[in-house]
Formats: sequence, C-alpha cells, structure tokens
Amino acid sequence: MSPEPFAEADPSRPAIRLTDLRRRFGATGAVALDGVSLEVAPGEIFGIVGRSGAGKSTLIRCVNLLERPDSGEVEVLGRNMLALDESGLRAARRDIGMVFQHFNLLASRTVAGNVAFPLEVAGVPRAEREARVAELLPLVGLEAKRDAYPAQLSGGQKQRVGIARALASRPRLLLCDEATSALDPETTAEILSLVRSLRDRLDLTVLLITHEMAVVKAICDRVAVMEAGRVIEAGRVFDVFTRPRTATTRSFVAEVIGHSVPAGTIARLPEPRPQEVRRLLQVLFAGPSSTRAVVSEVSRRFGLDLNIVSGRIDAIGGEPFGVMTLAAYGPPDQIDGAIQWMRSIGIEVAEAVPEETAQMKLEAA
Amino acid sequence: MTWLTPAMQDLLIEASWQTMLMVGAAAGIAILLGLPLALLLLVTAPGGLAPNAAVNRPLGLVVNAIRSTPFIILMVAIVPFTRLVAGTSIGTTAAIVPLALAATAFIARLFENALREVDRGVIEAARAMGATRLQIVWKVLVPEALPGLVAAVTVTLVSLVGYSAMAGAVGGGGLGDLGIRFGYQRFMPEVMAIVVVILILFVQGLQSLGDWLVRRLSHR
Ligand SMILES: Nc1ncnc2c1ncn2[C@@H]1O[C@H](COP(=O)(O)OP(=O)(O)OP(=O)(O)O)[C@@H](O)[C@H]1O
Ligand SMILES: [Mg+2]
Repeated sequence: MSPEPFAEADPSRPAIRLTDLRRRFGATGAVALDGVSLEVAPGEIFGIVGRSGAGKSTLIRCVNLLERPDSGEVEVLGRNMLALDESGLRAARRDIGMVFQHFNLLASRTVAGNVAFPLEVAGVPRAEREARVAELLPLVGLEAKRDAYPAQLSGGQKQRVGIARALASRPRLLLCDEATSALDPETTAEILSLVRSLRDRLDLTVLLITHEMAVVKAICDRVAVMEAGRVIEAGRVFDVFTRPRTATTRSFVAEVIGHSVPAGTIARLPEPRPQEVRRLLQVLFAGPSSTRAVVSEVSRRFGLDLNIVSGRIDAIGGEPFGVMTLAAYGPPDQIDGAIQWMRSIGIEVAEAVPEETAQMKLEAA
Repeated sequence: MTWLTPAMQDLLIEASWQTMLMVGAAAGIAILLGLPLALLLLVTAPGGLAPNAAVNRPLGLVVNAIRSTPFIILMVAIVPFTRLVAGTSIGTTAAIVPLALAATAFIARLFENALREVDRGVIEAARAMGATRLQIVWKVLVPEALPGLVAAVTVTLVSLVGYSAMAGAVGGGGLGDLGIRFGYQRFMPEVMAIVVVILILFVQGLQSLGDWLVRRLSHR
C-alpha cells in the first residue's frame, strides 16, 4: 500500500517508540505530556489508562502526529515521524489506522462509502476500492449494511464501520482512542473481541486508550498508567494488576478486581474474645503464592482464627489470581506478624476498615 | 377584473420574468463566488485547516461591510462598478450586479456557518487517514455540509426576492417595481395585491423546493 520504502516489520524493533514526549497547550496552559517514553512491540495490544485529562488522547494523537509534540521523538513502524514532510506524513498515516470514541463517520456516505474513503483519498482505483470494501465488510460482520447510512446504525455497528475503515488501507498499526467508551458493556465486549481477533488474523499492533481497566483486562498484553502527563507505571497487565505500585493504579485495579463485602456481613461476624482483636484483611494471591495453603499456614504459624468473609478467583490472560477478605482474630502483634509474613511471600495485603470495604484498597506493598 | 387588461398581463409576465432573472442570476453568481469565499474564510480562521489572519481578517471585514450596508445605499454606491461590469448602470442586467454582490456576502456567511457545523472529529478522521487539505475540503467539508449549504441557498433566494423589489431604483424592473409604480403611484391596489400574491407564491415555491432538497440530501 505504501508508496515509500521503509523498514519492514521487524519483530525485534518496536512498532512504536516514543521518547520523552512533551506537549503543553498555550504558553501557560496545561502540560498535557510531561516527558513520556514508551515502546510498543509489534503484534501486541498495548493499553494506556488514566483519568480524564491525564494526557492519553494527546499521547495517542502524537503517534500519527494529529498533535505535534513540543519536543521528543516519535518513531512509528520504523519511520521517524517528526522528520517527514507533508506527503511523507500522509503516506505514513495510511499505515496507521485510527478508531475514535465517537466513530467520526461521514454522515453523507453509506457504510461502503465510509470504508472506501481512505482508499479514495489514497488514489486507489474504483474497482480495487470496491473489491477491498467487499473484503472488509464481512470481516466486521456488516455485509448486510453495505448501503446503510451511519444514522441508521447502532453504536456498535458504527464502530464496526470505523474499524473497517481504519483497516481499509491495510495498516499495520491500529490506534484506538476510547473506541468502546460510547458503547454499552455487551457491545464493548463484542468490539474488543473483534479487535483482538483482527490483531491475530492481520498481524496488527494495537495501541488503545481507555479509562476502563476492564478493557485493559479483557484484551491488553501490556499496559501503561498515565497521570498528569506522565507514565507512572507500565508492564504486563497481570503484573500491574496484581502488583500495582502506585495509589492511582491501585484504585484503577480496584475497579476490576476489587470486591465488596456485603454490608450486613461484618455485623454478623463473631465478636473478638478479651485480649484479642478482630481485623479485616484483604489479600490478593498471584503467581506462586496462589498455590500455597496460605490461610491454614497463617492460622498455624501465628495462632490466629481466620474467618473467610468472601473471596473469588479470577484470571488475566490465562494467569489465575485470587482475592479474599479475611476476618483475623488474635492478639494485635500476631496479626501484624501475619501481615508481614504474607507480604514477604509476595501476597498483597490491605487492612480493610469495615466502613470502606466497598472497594478493595490495597496498601503499598 | 377590469384592471387586468392584456397590457397589464404582459406587464406582469415581464415583471415576473425580470424578477426571476435578477434573483436567479444573482443567486447563481453568489453561489459560485460565495462558496470559495466561505471556504477561504473557514480554512483561514484561527484553528482552521490553514489559519492565516492576513487573509481572514480583511476578507471578513469586506464581507461584513457589504452585509451591513443597506441594500438601497449599496446599489447606488457601487454604480461605477456596476457600469464597469455590466456596461450600463440602468436596467435589469445592471440591477443584477449589486444584488449579486449583496447576496455573495450574505451567502458566504451562511455557507461558512453551515461548513463550520461539520463535526471536527470527522475532519480529524480524514486527516488521520492521510487526506490532503484539498481532499478534506471537497470530500469531507462540502459533502457533509451539503444539506446546510442547500438551506443557505434557499434563504438567500428568498431574501433576494425581497431585495429585487428595490431594483426599481436603478430601473431594474421586476415585480416589486411594478407593484410600486402601479399600485402605489397610480393608485391601483389590485395590481399591488396581485404582485404580492405572486411574490408569496415565488417565496413559498422556493422554500418548499429547498426544504424538500434538504430532506433528500440529509442522512442524519
Ligand atoms: N487542543 C487543546 N487545547 C488546550 N488544551 C488541551 C487541548 N487538548 C488537550 N488539552 C489539555 O491537555 C490535557 C490532557 O488532555 P487529553 O485530552 O490528552 O486527556 P485525556 O487523558 O485524553 O482525557 P479524557 O479521558 O478526558 O479524554 C488536559 O488538561 C486538556 O485540557
Ligand atoms: Mg481523551
């Protein structure tokens, strides 16, 4: 598709390499990017999460230079984007598909017309365009809607058109800015599994932005957490979820793997005996620790009575982990000892104050 | 119906024709000049596709100046220009010049607003797909704004029917002129009435046609 020669897909070379990107809006305005560096490997689905205003959109827009960073380097698919002239940049953009939160379809064009748009812009002859559209619509399950206008489609269908359009010029990189944020949970799941299957079939690299950890958990291989224009944490999704290192990440993670204890449960727990206290512990087992009989070992070693209030097992990318709320009864120093011991073998432990058990709040490990 | 003599019928038909000619020609010129003008205003505006204050400011000023000059004054003020363009400053052809000028400024702002309504996200998507600025203008802005552009043409046509009534001042003829000369100056209220009825029919017809077209073109 691309008229220009450039480095072929090389698995050892990152699909995206961002180096120390900085962007400030206005002389005194908000600092949207405050030195972001990031590498995305070919073929991976890389997620970026962060609260509103963290700089996620600015960052993803720097990848195809819809936004120009004030400083830093942007290397995409082997090209130094910032060194390209206008026509070089246009050619580079044809190798980068983009999907938007609000779909951004042309209301005046049919589904087929929208999907053909990037090809038309690239000067692809009509017959070839039509053949490509006929190839793409089944890929996103929209053959029947070929001649419908966007206004006649549901949100999920519109996003399928958006995805087909983004793939029309056979890009090797797909950028998704909150691609599922305007969709209901079921449609979100559908679109996410579509993106994943397209990645597998078409050898795509996907960079996606979201403010929902559930999206990251569902399809990302790696994730970066952004706050105030910086990447504050990055790594394999399983690691970030099970061993969050910052308060922001912890609160994000809690959205997905946190679990609440039903209000009445605490009240129904037995009272501690004299000389003893009752403390609520929330523990997260991951990796090797999940296989150990931690509960009985803690009970034996520290002479505690442990009451399992709630618990569940979950998995990220096929790797299991468990979350559990325990009511521990015993002398305070023994409970402290137990907490320390559990942490020493890699278990995340947080003390839950009954009033705030609505969400699991893991303490800094 | 004694007043509706064959001579008067001829006058009415001729006046209708003159009105249609003035409105049609002025609107045609206004569309041809107004669309590029509107695109230029939009594209060079701050935050546009190619911001350029040196183009945008003076252009906007001229457009506003024309729009704020009362038509009757504009018509007289540009007589030298009219003579230059039309070869004469009197008659229907001469009346088309100030009408077209006023309508161009008018429609340029309406077009600009219609084009501004195009979702920024759609423009951004086109940029992300590697579209050139020219492609964005002709493949995104104009087609996406088409229903709004057509509505702007309708409004302009209707306004032109009204403005054309003042064309009598430069001997342009037309229905409005006929109504004033016979209805007012020669005390023939019937003529005035029938002129008004024909003008209402004109406007209604234009509006219905415009609305129908907008509905057909709009896929929202
Ligand atoms: N075009 C702009 N002009 C001025 N300020 C901007 C612009 N775009 C972004 N900003 C500012 O930069 C910061 C980061 O914005 P950005 O859109 O990247 O955040 P985000 O993480 O995508 O947020 P959201 O989740 O709400 O989409 C914000 O403070 C925002 O106000
Ligand atoms: Mg955003």
